[in-house]
Amino acid sequence: MSTEITVTVNGTAHPASVEPRLLLAHFLRDVLNLTGTHVGCDTSQCGACTVHLNGEAVKSCTVFAVQADGAEVTTIEGLADGDSYTNVQQGFWDEHGLQCGFCTPGMIMTSEALLKQNPDPSEDEIRAGIAGNYCRCTGYQNIVNAIGAAAKAGS
Amino acid sequence: MAVATFGESVKRTEDPRLITGRGKYVDDVRLSGMAHIAFVRSQYGHARIKSIDTSAAVDSPGVIAVFTGADLQEELGGLPVGWMLPDLKQPAHPPLAFETVRYLGDAVAVVVADTAYQANDAAALVNVDYEILPAIVNAEDATKDGAPLLHEEAPNNIGFDWEVGGGDYGEAIKDPDVIVVKERIVNQRLIPNSMETRGVVADYDAGKGNITLYTSTQIPHLVKLLFSLVTGWPEQKVRVIAPDVGGGFGSKLYLYAEEVVAGIVARHVQRPVKWIESRSEAYVSTAHGRDHICDVEIAGKQDGEIVGIKVDLYANLGAYISTFAPLIPTYLFGLMLGGVYKMPNIECKVHGVFTNTTPVDAYRGAGRPEAAYLVERMVSRFAQEIGRDPIVVRRKNMLQAHKNGREVTTGVMYDSGDYKGNLNKALEIFDYRQFRADQRAARREGKLLGVGIAAYIEICGMAPSAVASSLGAGAGLWESSNVRLHPTGKATIYIGTSPHGQGHETTMAQLVSSELGIPVEDIEVLHGDTDMGQFGTGTFGSRSIAVGGAALFNSLQKVKAKTHRLASHLLEADPKFVTFNNGTFAVEDIADKTLSIQEVAGQAYAAANLPPGMEPGLEEVSFFDPQNFAWPNGTHLCVVEVDQDTGKVEVQRYVAVDDFGNVLNPMIVDGMTHGGVAQGIGQALSEAAVYTDDGQLLSGSLMDYALPSADMFPMMELDRTVSPSPSNPIGVKGAGEAGTIAASPAVMNAVIDAIAHLGVKHMDMPATSEKVWRAMQDAKEARRAERAAARSQRS
Amino acid sequence: MVTSNFDYFAPTSVDEATSLLSRYRGEAKVLAGGHSLIPMMKLRLAEPGVLVDIGGIDGLSYIKEEGGGVSIGSMTTYRELATSSVIQANYPLLADASARVADLQVRNRGTIGGSLAHSDPAGDIPAVILAIGGSVVARTRRSSRDINIDRFQVDLLTTALRDNEIITEIKLPALAAGTGTAYSKFHQPASHYAITGVAAVVTVSGGTCTDARVAVTGAGDKATRARRTERILKGKELTQAVIRRAASRAAAEVEDSLNEDIHASAEYRAHLTQVHAGYAIEQAAAAAG
Repeated sequence: MSTEITVTVNGTAHPASVEPRLLLAHFLRDVLNLTGTHVGCDTSQCGACTVHLNGEAVKSCTVFAVQADGAEVTTIEGLADGDSYTNVQQGFWDEHGLQCGFCTPGMIMTSEALLKQNPDPSEDEIRAGIAGNYCRCTGYQNIVNAIGAAAKAGS
Repeated sequence: MAVATFGESVKRTEDPRLITGRGKYVDDVRLSGMAHIAFVRSQYGHARIKSIDTSAAVDSPGVIAVFTGADLQEELGGLPVGWMLPDLKQPAHPPLAFETVRYLGDAVAVVVADTAYQANDAAALVNVDYEILPAIVNAEDATKDGAPLLHEEAPNNIGFDWEVGGGDYGEAIKDPDVIVVKERIVNQRLIPNSMETRGVVADYDAGKGNITLYTSTQIPHLVKLLFSLVTGWPEQKVRVIAPDVGGGFGSKLYLYAEEVVAGIVARHVQRPVKWIESRSEAYVSTAHGRDHICDVEIAGKQDGEIVGIKVDLYANLGAYISTFAPLIPTYLFGLMLGGVYKMPNIECKVHGVFTNTTPVDAYRGAGRPEAAYLVERMVSRFAQEIGRDPIVVRRKNMLQAHKNGREVTTGVMYDSGDYKGNLNKALEIFDYRQFRADQRAARREGKLLGVGIAAYIEICGMAPSAVASSLGAGAGLWESSNVRLHPTGKATIYIGTSPHGQGHETTMAQLVSSELGIPVEDIEVLHGDTDMGQFGTGTFGSRSIAVGGAALFNSLQKVKAKTHRLASHLLEADPKFVTFNNGTFAVEDIADKTLSIQEVAGQAYAAANLPPGMEPGLEEVSFFDPQNFAWPNGTHLCVVEVDQDTGKVEVQRYVAVDDFGNVLNPMIVDGMTHGGVAQGIGQALSEAAVYTDDGQLLSGSLMDYALPSADMFPMMELDRTVSPSPSNPIGVKGAGEAGTIAASPAVMNAVIDAIAHLGVKHMDMPATSEKVWRAMQDAKEARRAERAAARSQRS
Repeated sequence: MVTSNFDYFAPTSVDEATSLLSRYRGEAKVLAGGHSLIPMMKLRLAEPGVLVDIGGIDGLSYIKEEGGGVSIGSMTTYRELATSSVIQANYPLLADASARVADLQVRNRGTIGGSLAHSDPAGDIPAVILAIGGSVVARTRRSSRDINIDRFQVDLLTTALRDNEIITEIKLPALAAGTGTAYSKFHQPASHYAITGVAAVVTVSGGTCTDARVAVTGAGDKATRARRTERILKGKELTQAVIRRAASRAAAEVEDSLNEDIHASAEYRAHLTQVHAGYAIEQAAAAAG
């Protein structure tokens, strides 16, 4: 049984007919070919698949695409305007907040949401804020620095 | 971006694509007509396959084909062993098991379907009838008579016995002044957990008979070679592409069953096929790390002099020998047992043992963290035993600084280092004396603080081929580079290493830029596609800059020599008087006679006015094979607080002073150090793969395997000393693994230090809250018993 | 990992949702935030044939002060609870516990009703609501009933909710003047669920504890009142000694069903429960003034 849905992704409405069990992460990646959203685990732990659903950060591996019917989704591809990066993206580049880059899209989407909730977070608040995103390369240090730099740039 | 220099923190050229979601990992590869495969895996640790019923799977929607191990037995061959040891047992390792499964996750069948969801659904419908066999997961128990046997050809499950040493430990401890301290130390099994799991896309070209494998690997060239050797597919018809790779940490350093199966299945179904490992699948199908059970003793005198170390190690191999498994607990471990100390007597025996567990191979540091952990834990343990400060004992035994080679007890030659310099610098940053005062004060207020130290050295820059080959390497360990200057003076280089987070596109471009004076943005760095360039070895063992960077440096010298000769010719000057700076050739003392390297490149292709005998074009290749390994070393200090009530450990401070030789890009090297330290802290405090006795994995997902999260760490404080390595022309040593090697012992020494006053002497990793709490309880209990005994004696 | 197939319904009213539950009784599951159910479905530990997604029903997400207490719509998220000034003012422990559930993304998605209905033995919210007291409003197509929170958690992953009922609201009572609250948790390092969590709601009048509700999660098979602890507290001045003695009995109700896994033995869980009971009661007593 397929279900008709329309999801607005990065500002464009996408009507589609999907299996109800299709995860939002796979809808973005395999139906819309937006492969910037990564899938790093199967138990909602790693956060690599984080996107914004109606403006809030969610793990898109734990949302069915049908649940996003009628919703607005922003993915990593929807952040930069051409070569003009958001403060968070710029912070990740400037502060060397990524190595292999696999966790990065999810980490950036969470960081964006964190700064929206708390524009001037302390180091502890940053660390707690990204506790739902695993990174195996950086030891998080430069990610914390990157978010701090983005907060500063935004103030 | 301008011309970069050696030693500059050049921002990464990889990042613009990666921060915008435009990276291309293997799961992002989409080919026309691509089908998906899913593996059926053993649910048991050890069982005989009685029969496999695929009928329900075949009838499942979207299914194209289902193959069992028996179906593909002939074509798949057996997985290779890439490192030989004397008398190494090499039981056949079929990519798909067809008679017996020997570990949880051993693949027995593969399903091909139109979509990944359909392949998954159908895999669940394959019905395997097993006869469950007794299993064994503990390497020491597996060697006992009567233990379940995995392979007929390996009695008592012993895959190899190996030993190394120097001096005479047995003789040394006959001295009546020598104190011997013994411990049993377990270095727990770890699951690597690169954030990108493994995956492969196999694309078969029926017209040409070619196969292309896109695979998430650290070693595309070796995958090509090994795939060809295993399947008999002619090597020139095999192309392997490692696209963006999301971390590896050693776990993507082998030829895996899934790569072989995908290639063969693609040929069968005549469609491209894709397999992406799920995280839970990765927990059983991707090689694990560590898993050592070790009886260790350290011997020394009351004045702190250490006379030797003796090690008897059971190294768990898992169910089969993974590609480099024989190397890890032998040379990479045993040769390092002297650490940064004189350590005149070393005796080391290693038993590699088969068990009903996922194969064990390299994981970040690979053998060296296990050795450093033993040495550093035991040095601190010895200091505690003789009642001396661990810093004092270390300083007393440390090797003197040297610049060009020092042979140590195990027979290897350390390249360069100032070990006491590292220690002194770390202590200075840390303010050790102040800490000890703070610690005493805190203890009076019921706060348990501890400091841990680890002084390490590691063998890396994996090469020299002749040495490696004499020790058992199945392939050369040199590295390669190709530098092509285009007619416009822009450059494309192809490197033999294959990055998965290390930033080679940046650092290699930086090296080209600094040598040739070409802006970084004019340099394209290619890698990881075996059809694009010359053979290379790959990225592991902290070797990419120390060996691969050196290979690139050598190609650049050839380019420089040729352009210099051509420029001199064009400038009509004696080469002796032609200088080259910042990309410009000039004639000494003649201001207006200059040529840019771009202009010279143009002339090399125009070929209108070449010196006699010079070939047109501008492309150079180098293969670099060093004479020695490179030996990073350093001192790390860690402060933890142990919660009295719960045993919970919190890392409060971390100071690292490392000697990586010359540092090409400090930003990248610091980043790798942070990550390495975090992985070491993860092993020390939270990570552990836990099997039940019958081979079920209790820590089978991220719900139960505790990866460190951001809130576990303080800001690390890093510094450096620099002893250029004489092993390569650019004096670098490699930085990828150091943090992991130093951090586990530093943290564990800190944990023990925090509760040593209660009588605690050792505990195994990970220092979970419960383990620490229990150690405190047991120690208090023992003290109470002692006091009671003393009282009853008095009365 | 992939869930099995299911039929999907997205009703827009409670009536429509409860009709669907009646029609597919036994095979339907309610999908709220999905953060408990979807992971279980991916592992195929749950394979419902029908999912009734109540995310599209308007009017189930609210925090209202009424009749001295507070009513919370079942689809209110952890994040909304954590940041609500009404919750912060009336039930600081609920705001605090909600702010520490899992991680930022899960808090944006997970709901109070979902947490209660799933009744994870290591969930934070069941213990907190149990300590506050109050009731769960359960609706079927035809009826609505208030289930006292003390009778709501029945067993492991089992509640008093019938399979044709939906939680629409949680009603929390006004807390008496002089009441302090606290939630103290020791989390499992991988999943971030509670190895143990203790919620304490303590009322102090004239220097004496007049009422106490203490609930424990993580230790046993469901969130459970620590009644022996409560009895020790009631009628006494909350000195260190009294708190210590009360906390030492916090695991008494679950001692026969203590969880045990690779993260904590039963003995250690019991110990942690006592430690965190001490923390929670002490903080609550301090807040009570």
